Amino acid sequence: MNEVVLRGRQITRRWGGVVAVNGVSLDLVRGEVHAVIGTNGAGKSTLINVLSGEIAASSGTVELLGADVTRWAQPRRARAGLGRSYQRNTVFEPFTVRENCRLAAQARHQKPWRWWSAASRCGASNVAGLAAASSAGLEGVLDREAGLLSHGEKRQLEIAMCLATEPQVLLLDEPLAGMGPEETERMLALLDGLRNGHGILLVEHDMDAVFRIADRITVLVDGAVIASDVPAAVRANREVQTAYLGGAT
Amino acid sequence: MSAPARTRAAWVAVGAVALALFPLVGGKFGVDLVTKMMVFAIFALSLELLVGQVGLVCFGQAAFFGIAAYATVRLTPQSAPASIGWLLPAAVAASGAYALFMGSLSIRTRGVYFIMVTLAFSQMAYYVAHDTPLGGGTDGIYLSLVPTFAIAGFEVVDLSKARPFYYFALFMLAAVFAALALLLRSRFGRALAGIRVNEQRMRAAGFSTYPYKLAAFVISGMVAGVAGFLFAVKDGFVNPELMSWNVSGTVLMMIILGGLGSLHGAVLGAFAFSLLQELFKSQAIFGDFAKHWHLGVGATIILAVALLPRGLAGRSE
Repeated sequence: MNEVVLRGRQITRRWGGVVAVNGVSLDLVRGEVHAVIGTNGAGKSTLINVLSGEIAASSGTVELLGADVTRWAQPRRARAGLGRSYQRNTVFEPFTVRENCRLAAQARHQKPWRWWSAASRCGASNVAGLAAASSAGLEGVLDREAGLLSHGEKRQLEIAMCLATEPQVLLLDEPLAGMGPEETERMLALLDGLRNGHGILLVEHDMDAVFRIADRITVLVDGAVIASDVPAAVRANREVQTAYLGGAT
Repeated sequence: MSAPARTRAAWVAVGAVALALFPLVGGKFGVDLVTKMMVFAIFALSLELLVGQVGLVCFGQAAFFGIAAYATVRLTPQSAPASIGWLLPAAVAASGAYALFMGSLSIRTRGVYFIMVTLAFSQMAYYVAHDTPLGGGTDGIYLSLVPTFAIAGFEVVDLSKARPFYYFALFMLAAVFAALALLLRSRFGRALAGIRVNEQRMRAAGFSTYPYKLAAFVISGMVAGVAGFLFAVKDGFVNPELMSWNVSGTVLMMIILGGLGSLHGAVLGAFAFSLLQELFKSQAIFGDFAKHWHLGVGATIILAVALLPRGLAGRSE
């Protein structure tokens, strides 16, 4: 049951003299939501970027499903089962919701040499795209242009595109950012359902939501881990209270 | 098919029929002009693939056009006419090879750097033609013999005659247009569109975007090569100016005028631009001002871009 799907060991990322992420180690277990919290500039997004392969680690290693992927480029890690969403909306605004999901799903069925055959006739990516859209609750707006969606729907689509690639590990960068209470509830229900079968790393500012949904919380301060435990223990941790929970807000 | 797609398909069909019937009414001058326009339409389609579909603003497209034209002339033997069966593929392969070289390096850069690097590579090709014996210098070189188009000894088209050559160019334009239309709706084409909109998201989904962009670059270079081949056979003469930066600029203006984002826009832009040129060059209409035709064309383009920011065809996505 405690299958580690993503393992980071001693990950450090320096930008010149600034150490954004400092010797972070963490394990992501299948079936768990693992939240990473910390103030602005604590290195949460940099950590996600290193784990997903968007930027290289200065030192340390990343293991995905048992394979050392430290030197793999982002697309290769993605194809191996690592999905990520972004803090800012990165949906393809001119395309419909259906096409957004289908195109993301196509990453697993690329076959670019089949230039005479229409993309919309690739059955496998249609099926995966539609399944992702409906599990994110977007069945009703499949043929709407993504740019015309509400903010909450765009966030849902962001997750749907991530799911369309059939990942085993999800790295979600502030999926609740800018959402109203109703949209937040819907998204939390969605994340709760995704827990099954996925290992989820959640970076989030909404503390109520984090403490409700997370199975484990890692706290970053100045790029380093000061605590990593179950929510109750993190809440009770003195160091966390002074550094973050009490002090900042 | 959606309603706008049907309307678009209908217009493309009308355009194709009009082009097919044109030689029946157009005189010698008309046939020659429209042939030239069709060659430039193929050239414009090649750039539309990069700029309109992938979002790569290439400012060196003239290199591929010129290299194929020079290859056509240089590879034609002095003694007997070459067969189009190998000469066209050879010319296109020459352009494709240079596109592979140029693309593999330039695609690593972005934005304005990409524009400058592609310009630099095309200027390199220009100076090779301009300053080395290979290119024959500023005077250019003549095509010794027009290639033949024969299957099993039977001549299909006499490319040295204006009207048959017109139909050959029309056939090539239709073939290139159809191939690109298929390509754009394929998985490869959709991935290119995704790269244009948000390359980072495509990489996060699992697409290695570099080979996609490089493939598009090479295909674009080869299509420009088809246009260069036709140009050399039609005029029977090549000179370094074919590869100069203002040719790259002209074809860029054609697709902007026509409207980025659609193939028919590129064709429309090439035709409209050539017609504008002919109009402002006409002494009958403009008298002495015809000498300053650049001014007229330029002012019209500025006006067109201001009034029709999406071009004559508008973006259809």
